[in-house]
Amino acid sequence: MSAQSNSNGANGSGQKPARRVIVCAGTGCVAGGANDVLQAFSQQIKAAGINVVTEFKPEQVDLRLNKSGCQGFCQMGPLVTILPDGILYNKVKVADVPEIIAKTLVEGQAVERLLYVDPATKKRCRGTGEIPFYQRQQRFVLKNCGTIDPECIQEYIHNGGYAAARKAYSKMTPEQIVQEITKSGLRGRGGGGFPTGRKWEAARVQNNPKKYVICNADEGDPGAFMNRSVMEGNPHSVLEGLMIAARAIGADETLIYVRTEYPLAVHRMKQAVEDARKAGFLGDNAFGTGKPLSCEVMEGAGAFVCGEETAMIASIEGQRGMPRPKPPFPAQSGLWGKPTIINNVETLAHVVRIINEGADSFRKLGTAASPGTKTFALTGHVANTGLVEVPFGTTLRDIVMKVGGGVTDRRGKISADGFKAVQIGGPSGGCLTREHLDLPMDYDSLRSAGAMVGSGGLVAMNQKTCMVSIARFFMDFTQRESCGKCVLCREGTRQMLALLDDIIEGRATGETLDLLQKLAVAVQKGSLCGLGKTAPNPVLSTMRYFREEYDAHVHHKYCPTGQCKALAKPSIDPAKCKGCTACARKCPVGAISGEKKQPHVIDQGKCIVCGACADTCKFEAVVGV
Amino acid sequence: MNKRKPEPTGRKFVKVCDILDRHGRKASRLVPILQAVQEEYRYLPEEVLTYVATALDVSPARVYGVATFYAHFAIQPKGKHLVRLCDGTACHVKDSVPILEAVRKRLGLEGKINTTQDMMFTVETVACLGACGLAPVMVIDDQVHGQMSPQSAVKLVEDVITKEAQ
Repeated sequence: MSAQSNSNGANGSGQKPARRVIVCAGTGCVAGGANDVLQAFSQQIKAAGINVVTEFKPEQVDLRLNKSGCQGFCQMGPLVTILPDGILYNKVKVADVPEIIAKTLVEGQAVERLLYVDPATKKRCRGTGEIPFYQRQQRFVLKNCGTIDPECIQEYIHNGGYAAARKAYSKMTPEQIVQEITKSGLRGRGGGGFPTGRKWEAARVQNNPKKYVICNADEGDPGAFMNRSVMEGNPHSVLEGLMIAARAIGADETLIYVRTEYPLAVHRMKQAVEDARKAGFLGDNAFGTGKPLSCEVMEGAGAFVCGEETAMIASIEGQRGMPRPKPPFPAQSGLWGKPTIINNVETLAHVVRIINEGADSFRKLGTAASPGTKTFALTGHVANTGLVEVPFGTTLRDIVMKVGGGVTDRRGKISADGFKAVQIGGPSGGCLTREHLDLPMDYDSLRSAGAMVGSGGLVAMNQKTCMVSIARFFMDFTQRESCGKCVLCREGTRQMLALLDDIIEGRATGETLDLLQKLAVAVQKGSLCGLGKTAPNPVLSTMRYFREEYDAHVHHKYCPTGQCKALAKPSIDPAKCKGCTACARKCPVGAISGEKKQPHVIDQGKCIVCGACADTCKFEAVVGV
Repeated sequence: MNKRKPEPTGRKFVKVCDILDRHGRKASRLVPILQAVQEEYRYLPEEVLTYVATALDVSPARVYGVATFYAHFAIQPKGKHLVRLCDGTACHVKDSVPILEAVRKRLGLEGKINTTQDMMFTVETVACLGACGLAPVMVIDDQVHGQMSPQSAVKLVEDVITKEAQ
C-alpha cells in the first residue's frame, strides 16, 4: 500500500504532514453507522481543541478529517484509518470516538482493542500493512479508494488526477491512444474479456461525426461489487477513463449507466460529473480543445440483461432492454445508430493508469494473455470477505486461503478442510473445486476449466453447501432475468428450473438428469445474447464436478448437506440432547418442543429447515440439517 | 387493483407534467420519466401510465411494456415501509431464505402476496445490493442492515411496527 505516499497534504515547506482521520463511508460502513462516527469525530475533535479541517486544503493544518469511499473490507466496517500513523481501526462505534481522540490523536498511541485480529494467528494488526487480507493484494484500481475524499475533485487532481486525460487531449492523437491501449493488452473487465484496444479501434475508424461512449456500471452479477466500490471510492477515475475513451474514438457524448440498486454510487458519480464540468473538463471547451464533451449519469431500472451491450442501448433509448443480434456491432452502429463503445467501470479505471504510466508498465503484472490486475469480490464462507485486487495469474488458493484467510464453517470458524468449491463469474460462470486450487486465475485458464472471470464475483462455499441448490439458485435468477426474446432462453431456462425443482423436491428420475443436460446444451446454442448462452453454465459445471451429489438427490432421495428441504429431515438425537431449551427458544417458527432437561423433538410439519437449532445447539444434537 | 384508492386527482397530473417537462417530453427519456413518476407516487398508477403515453405520443402498450419489463417498476401500490431482502449469491449461501420466510411469516404474507393488507409493509427480494461483505443483508426504507438472522430481521420489523403504533 502506498497510502502514506499520497495526499498527506502538500505542506511544501518541509513541515510534518498533517495527521488524517479517514472514516470509510461506503455502503457497507454506512450500514454499520459510519456517518454517526464521522459526525462524532467532527464534533469531539473540535471540542478537544484540535485545529481540524474537513475540506481538502493543502496548507498546514493539524488534522484533516474526511470520509472516503469503500475500501472493500466491508465486513469489518465501519473502518477508521489514521495517517500517517498507518492505523486501521475496525468496527468503530460512536462510543469509541473519545478514546481514539484521547489516545491516538493526542498521545499518538493505538487503541489496541479496535485493531483487526488476524483470525488465523490471533495477532492484532496495526494497519493494512500487517493485515494478511491487504498484504497480498496489489491495488491499482482500488488504490485511492479509502484515502481520498470521493466528493472532492481537488484532492483527486492533487494526487495526479486528470493528468492522463489532459495528456490524451493535448499530447496524443486518437491513434496513439488506441495504440497504447492495444499494446497494453487490456481486456474488458466486465465479463467477456474482449481486447479493449480492438473495440476502440473498430469505433475510431468509423467515419461518423457523432459517436458515443457508454460506461457500463450496471453491475448485475449477484455477489460482485467492485464497480460499486470504485464508483463510491474514486468516481473521478472512472470519469477520467471515460474521457480518454471519448478522445480515442472521437465521441462528444458520454453516458454512465449505473444500477439503481447503488444509490450512493449514483450520487457520487453525479457529483463527480458536476465537479468535472465546473473544472472545465466537461462542457463546450473540454480541456481547452475547443470541442464539446458531455457526460450524463443514467440509472438502470433493475434488469440484469441490460448489462449486455445491445440491451443497454435499447434501455437508454427508452425501450424494453432486449438485446439484438450482432453484427452490426455497437462500434459500428450502436446508440441511435451511431458508433458506440461500451466499457466496464474497472476497464476505464485501468485506462487512466495505462495512459499515465505506459503499456509496458501495465504489462509488468499479470500474464502475457491477461495482463494487469483484476479485482475479485470474495464473499461467502471465507474468514475475510471483501474486494481483492491481485495480478491475473494468482492462484485460487492464494486468493481464498491467504487473502481470504481460509474457509469458514457454519459458525464462522475457520475450518482446514472446509473448502468445497467457489462459484466464479456469477450466473454466467461455473464452479471451481479443490482440484482447481492451484489454477492460475486468468481469462483463458478459467475458460478451459468451464468457468469464466465474468465480472469477478468469487463466492466461496463450505462443505455444508448443496451444489444442486446453488445451480438452482442461479437458474432461478437467469430464468427471471431472461428478457423473453429467444424461445430457448425464455422457455428453456424455465424448464431447466422445473427439472432442478424436481431433483430438489424428490420427484426426479434417471431421465431427469439426461434431459437437463440436453436442454442445457440447447439453451446455450439457441440464445442470442450472453445471458442465454451462459445461463446453463452453473448447471453444467456443477453436474461435471459434483455428479455424485446430483445422483444422491435423484437416486437416493437424499440431500447430503441437508439444504434441500424436501430431502432433509432434521431431527434431534435424544442421546445427545440435554434439554437445555436453547433450540426451542431460537426456533423462529416454534417447531421445537420438549420439557426442560428432557430430549426435545422437532415438529416436521412446522419446521422450515432453517438450521437455527443446529447453529444454537452446543451438543451437536441436531442432525440432518 | 385497489379500487378504494382515490383516482389520481388533477393535482397529481400537475406533478406528472412537471416530470415530463423536465425530460423535454421525449419518448427516449421514458425510463427516467417512469423512475421520477415512481419516486413521486411510490408506484406507477395505470392512469398515469396512460397519461404519460399520450403526452409522449407513444402507445400505452409501449409504456406498459417498459414499465413491466424492469424489476424496479411497480404496477401495484407498495406498502408504507419497503423491506428488501438481498438474495444475491453471497447472501444466499449465508442463508438469506430463512430470513425472508421468517419476516413474511411475522407479517402474515402468504403465497404470492408481498404487501400486507393494511398497506404498511411490502416485502421484496433483490438480486444483489453489492453489500456482500455484510451478508445476509436486509434493507428497510433505504437503511441497510447487515449480518442478519431470522430473529434480528423479525426484531427490526417489529421495531417499525412499534414505532407505527405510537
